[in-house]
Amino acid sequence: MTEQTPILRLEGIVKTFPGVRALDGVSFDVRPGEVHALMGENGAGKSTLMKVLGGIHAPNEGQIFIAEEPTIMTSPIQAKAKGVVFIHQELSLAGELSVAENIFLGELPRKSFGRVDWAKLYTDTDKILKTLNVSFNARTRVGDLSIANQQMVEIGRALTVDPRAVIFDEPTASLTDAEKVVLFDVIADLQARGVGIIYISHRMEEIFKITDRISVLRDGQYRGTLNTAETNEDAVTQLMIGRSLDLSRNESSHDMGDVALEVRGLSCGSLFNDVSFAVRKGEVLGFYGLVGAGRTEIAETIFGLRTPSAGQILLNGQEVRITSPIDAIRLGISLVPEDRKDQGLVLGMNCRDNMTLPQIGDLTTGPFVSNGAEVAIFDQYRDKLDIRTPGWRQTVGNLSGGNQQKIVIGKWLSMRPEVLIVDEPTRGIDVGSKSEIHNLIRELAAQGYAVIVISSEMPEVLHVSDRIVAMFSGAVMRTFTAEEVTEDNLVQAISGITPQKVA
Amino acid sequence: MTGPTKQGVGNFLAKQGILIAFVIFMIGFALANQRFIAMDNIFGVVRSSAILGVMALGVTFVVIGGNLDLSVGSMMSFSTIVVLDLHDKVGPALAIPMMFALTLLLGAFIGFLVGYLKLNSLIVTLGMLSAIHGLTLTWSGGKNMDIADKSGTWFSFFGQDRIMGIPVPILIFALLAVILSMVLSKTPFGRKVYAVGGNGQAATFSGIPRARIVFMTYLVSAFCVATAGLLQASRSLGSQNTVGQGMELEVLAAVILGGASLLGGSGTVFKTVIGVLILGFIQNGLLLVGLDFYVQYMVTWAIIILAVWLDVAAKRGRLWSPIA
Repeated sequence: MTEQTPILRLEGIVKTFPGVRALDGVSFDVRPGEVHALMGENGAGKSTLMKVLGGIHAPNEGQIFIAEEPTIMTSPIQAKAKGVVFIHQELSLAGELSVAENIFLGELPRKSFGRVDWAKLYTDTDKILKTLNVSFNARTRVGDLSIANQQMVEIGRALTVDPRAVIFDEPTASLTDAEKVVLFDVIADLQARGVGIIYISHRMEEIFKITDRISVLRDGQYRGTLNTAETNEDAVTQLMIGRSLDLSRNESSHDMGDVALEVRGLSCGSLFNDVSFAVRKGEVLGFYGLVGAGRTEIAETIFGLRTPSAGQILLNGQEVRITSPIDAIRLGISLVPEDRKDQGLVLGMNCRDNMTLPQIGDLTTGPFVSNGAEVAIFDQYRDKLDIRTPGWRQTVGNLSGGNQQKIVIGKWLSMRPEVLIVDEPTRGIDVGSKSEIHNLIRELAAQGYAVIVISSEMPEVLHVSDRIVAMFSGAVMRTFTAEEVTEDNLVQAISGITPQKVA
Repeated sequence: MTGPTKQGVGNFLAKQGILIAFVIFMIGFALANQRFIAMDNIFGVVRSSAILGVMALGVTFVVIGGNLDLSVGSMMSFSTIVVLDLHDKVGPALAIPMMFALTLLLGAFIGFLVGYLKLNSLIVTLGMLSAIHGLTLTWSGGKNMDIADKSGTWFSFFGQDRIMGIPVPILIFALLAVILSMVLSKTPFGRKVYAVGGNGQAATFSGIPRARIVFMTYLVSAFCVATAGLLQASRSLGSQNTVGQGMELEVLAAVILGGASLLGGSGTVFKTVIGVLILGFIQNGLLLVGLDFYVQYMVTWAIIILAVWLDVAAKRGRLWSPIA
């Protein structure tokens, strides 16, 4: 790319909070028509930087330039007036209002006496929707739209001004592959109009697909900017975490034991149908498929959260009846759930109390909880899993995503389960913790645990699994061994392309 | 560096704000009127707060578990009327356990609706407020209930006697507070109440029987209400059908003043006791400085709003915020 006047430039931004230097001299620029990735682990300072850019935090030092003009940002509204708009990770839409009302929220066109000019509102909105190439119209109720389409509304909101720079914060976190394609088209379109784009994401695949340059933050410091075309994932990862990440394919190095868990012809209404598989002690069985393929629902059924409509569950060769998580836990099945914040943790509780929750009834002396027994369990798994926290009294909600996930894993390992099911083990976790958790899963298998890993990330499934079950639309399409599987045949299987079904 | 120290102080204020407010407030009233800190006045306030306090202990469990109980005032009227009526029919020794059983039955019914059927606790207990009032009136035939021989019964012990100079209601309140505080902070059941109120779904995923825990919190609440009814009946040995009317809001006020979140998952028995005492001393102090009795309704409301405001302000770090 030739040298152009940057549309947005940050120079030497420093932001300190009591005791923390959250941003330490960050400088980078965005050119017109460029997609510029901003990467860094959780806690590296991306969010703080965006808050400085949006005028929520005032920087202690440094300067923001818009089209080389020094600018002081005071609020997101003022930033928008200057053509800098944010598309947030968490949507902030009013579900009961129409698309048009949401897009022009707070700036509805008016007629005399403060009446809303509905005709103008709808035509203006339709103009914006046309550039986004979407299937819904200005009058649709936002609550009726899919998440992907709601995101389009959020983008539409950015287009009510003539944006000069648009910042996307993890935009694909809840999108399906097809929906991503639409989003990338919109980004390409903005690019073609000369808009500068900052794209924040953890997903390497996307970064390498759509961005022109990559800037990396680590511990609040600017680590450098790379041209996407001239670099690779390894180099970026090294900049982010200061070392390279091993994502090679798994090679089983230990012997496997007997079948620990077997499922025969399990069905649950329309969610999944006639599912059979077995997992051995010492084996990691991966489940791969698109969102909605029924993987999580299978795990929830085994864990007693759903009632199967047909089929059997066998533990160590014996058929078992599981009607609640209490049954499952008693039988030695543990589930690290998909949604850490809603299902895995009580965020307001401290680390220790979260970890010992499933067995609290057993950790007693007389009628009272034994503080010593609890702390002993916490200490053991904090050391084993290398959980970084100032102490067990720390509220779990204050930990980073990776440490939170380790608390959940510790909580279930401390139950000494026979079968450990891990649903999306590394969702929303930074790269460094990710590889730690991958290693941990492999280690657990080596110690003889039967582990089931459900994941939507192909490199992850390939990396940790001994065998992979490919699911499509509630059915098992094929079970691959580590030797058979390739990225191609796996993608085909989860798209429903391979008709043959191998149990 | 003043930063960390300032933060430390702010943190302390945010955590112990209610206790500090209590102390400042006591000093203020004491300066305004010497009588306020006279021993007999303090005993008087604590004794008249004991009934409210006992009820607030139970509601603390319900609120930490993530629900509300607006039926406690009406249920206390029921317990009082029932125990007075049974006193003359079957004698006090049988009347008391029978009243407890009936009140626990009401609590179990509410617990079933909220816990097992997962109905909204606001609707259920607001409805029960009215339904139990109807039940009480039906039981009494709408008449006031009085014990025939007021001087010849040991039943007055709970409300009127003293042990080593301390009024029995205060002892019962204190004993119950200590026991329930232990239950909440030291037993597995207590921990499960916090978990269910903090994040019900995560509790379910951890194998905690959410419905049963919620059910149990309403039993605790009903037990406390029955105790309060016993104290009330024993103190007056006669009662109107509406003796507990409006107390549900005072109880809730005390629990909120103590700092329990209405969203569930936080609060302690100790803090609720402080909340109860603040409420009691405010009302007493206002009378002593010569304000009309009616003023206290308004002042009580204002103080609750102030407490809630300071609580959220401490959490978000400023008094005023454009976003919640």
